Amino acid sequence: MTVKSTIEAIREAMREELAADPRVMVLGEDVGTRGGVFLATQNFIEEFGEHRIIDTPLAECSIAGVTLGLAFKGLRPIAEIQFSDFWWYAANQLIGEASRVHYGTNGYLSAPMVVRIPYGGGVRGGLFHSQYIESYLYNTPGLKVIAPSNPYDAKGLLKSAIRDDNPVIFLEHKKTYRAVRGEVPDTSYTIPIGKAEVKRPGTDITLISYGLAIHYGMEAAMLLEDEDVSVEVLDLRTLRPLDNETILESVKRTGKALIVHEASITGGVGAEVSAIIAEEAFEYLDAPVSRLCGPDLPAMAFAPTLEDGFMVNTRKITDALLKRAAY
Amino acid sequence: MPIVPIELPQVGESVVEGIIEKWLKKPGDSVEKYDPLVEVVTDKVNMEMPAPFSGTLTRILAEEGATIPVGGVIAEMDTEDASAEAGGGQTQPPQVSETIMSTMGVLVESNVSLGPTGSLAVEETPAPAPALSSQGRAVYSPVVMRLAAEHNVDLSLVAGTGINGRVTKKDVLKHLEGGQPAPAPAPAAAVVPVATGAEETIIEPTSKRRIIAQNMVRSATQIPHAWALMEVDVTGLVERRQAIRGQFKQQGQDITIFPFIINAVAQSLREHPYLNSTWRDEKIVLKNRIHLGVAVSAPSGLVVPVIRDADTLSVAAANSQLRTLADNARRDALSLDQVQGGTFTLNNTGALGTTVSSPIINFPQAAILSTEAVVQRPVIINNAIAIRSMMNLCMSFDHRIVDGAEASAFLKSVKDRLEAIGPDTPIN
Repeated sequence: MTVKSTIEAIREAMREELAADPRVMVLGEDVGTRGGVFLATQNFIEEFGEHRIIDTPLAECSIAGVTLGLAFKGLRPIAEIQFSDFWWYAANQLIGEASRVHYGTNGYLSAPMVVRIPYGGGVRGGLFHSQYIESYLYNTPGLKVIAPSNPYDAKGLLKSAIRDDNPVIFLEHKKTYRAVRGEVPDTSYTIPIGKAEVKRPGTDITLISYGLAIHYGMEAAMLLEDEDVSVEVLDLRTLRPLDNETILESVKRTGKALIVHEASITGGVGAEVSAIIAEEAFEYLDAPVSRLCGPDLPAMAFAPTLEDGFMVNTRKITDALLKRAAY
Repeated sequence: MPIVPIELPQVGESVVEGIIEKWLKKPGDSVEKYDPLVEVVTDKVNMEMPAPFSGTLTRILAEEGATIPVGGVIAEMDTEDASAEAGGGQTQPPQVSETIMSTMGVLVESNVSLGPTGSLAVEETPAPAPALSSQGRAVYSPVVMRLAAEHNVDLSLVAGTGINGRVTKKDVLKHLEGGQPAPAPAPAAAVVPVATGAEETIIEPTSKRRIIAQNMVRSATQIPHAWALMEVDVTGLVERRQAIRGQFKQQGQDITIFPFIINAVAQSLREHPYLNSTWRDEKIVLKNRIHLGVAVSAPSGLVVPVIRDADTLSVAAANSQLRTLADNARRDALSLDQVQGGTFTLNNTGALGTTVSSPIINFPQAAILSTEAVVQRPVIINNAIAIRSMMNLCMSFDHRIVDGAEASAFLKSVKDRLEAIGPDTPIN
């Protein structure tokens, strides 16, 4: 095990798969000579050549479309959308085409492709470099959507995504790229898609989250030890398919749930998780299921104060947990 | 030698983050254990953080001026100190499994800029504390209902520790374990010392004591209390009570002056509705019905049973209700609906012998009135000194709702009613 940043773990996952499987290739804006805007593909073009590491035009629709075509032909392409804010141009290729092709052709075609998309705020990116897009993606049958919180999960899940026969959207929170560091095995390993994980056991309330917010949740859980509140922290890791089993097992045990995400509250992942809990664990609930999410605002503001107000943080989570724990 | 992360330690109770003020060592410096490493400023203390072990400072991850959460990694050291193996020996949450904790990663705020959009330290802005919504006490959660049904538990016998005395799942489980016996008429031995030392004895408060404590803190911190005292000549009242006491005794009952006070207060609240109100969501909510809470000392602590629609009751009817409620309270047998819904509270502290008291409002009501001990005092009437029975009315009121003028007018109204009581005042 070596301590690595999230971006290093992501780079390592791709390099291992590129080396192990000649069908794997990477395409996107500046992924070649520049090594990717976040350096996720640094030195790949030297190592694997320009036929497998392809710099594309600034055209997300064609990046997604070409990726889909390569997947039809039996390759395992990894597309990089430079920022989540630009993925909209690729939406039809991903939601309208890639998600349906296996179903629509009765299994004749499939789309074993990964689309990596850096997302999220807290980086002073303003309106056009901070978007949360998971709410638009996770309700699409036929797609798998992954949002890891740390380097270890990122590497294991990205390798699973590359090997998966379905189109996988791999959401990478920009702030975790370098701000989250953790131990990562230097050897190859995978983490199954669709499995949530208890990152910290507790008995009084389950905090369900994913991505960057998990880390604030872990801090809040640690702080609440002093208040004699035992918080279980559950990292969803995969947003579609959701791991209903692990969610319900935890909430039935604690009787209370707080769902935290940075994306706007309405129709977010938290809405689905709370519906699942309400339907399947009603008899076990000791408090209303509640959500702490980003506000329903059109965009992330550029002003630092407004951005901070949009983001969830340790203090907001601590307050919300205390309120529910006391219920 | 292994590279070990240096984390910002927990530097004080409830400290969430610290600001890196000044690095006292630079990368490449060799450091002895306990050497001052970095100056850290928190909202509570400024301190020099000592090096947790000996070695070489290899990297600084948190620049000066950066805000770092407690537990965040601020630097890396190269060390052979065996104690560093456990990750610096800093506060680690309980382990899930070795793998999960070691791979969970640590969030380091504000160390490196991210791509072309950049990233700087994000200051945590304090979120306002959420307002606690008031919940009806008789509402039980699904799991509490299910447990009660499965184990045949009478929930009215379970003391709730949740918000507003809500019965939680934990309360039911504790009840089932026998940790919380059904209220028994045991005398005030509800306090159990849990630790006795030479200097101090620690008492584990009962659930009810905890709730009282919570409510008092809430009232004292949320309601701006103002206080007023008015003196009342109750000579006529005392005589009237003496005159009718015989009739009540014949029926196996007794009567004090308190039912007269209940009657006078309830009638006066009709005239001064702002005293019978509550401050809710920045609005004044007038209560159209007058339900008087009456503070009663019970074996397990103070309870406040409620006399409903007190303004419609005669003195005799108030007396009879008061006796039933007080009797139930002393047997710890009050039902839920006998203790909720009060709109104003009366506190007969005079029975305890005090002549002045400053009560805390029964949250979320607008006021609480104490009636003090009746004492005979020389009073000047028409330039002559007379011996009169005097009583103080002491009232704490919510100054957001009521000003001194309104509070005094209300007290005057009660005073006038009590002083008007004479041999002909009707009882029924």
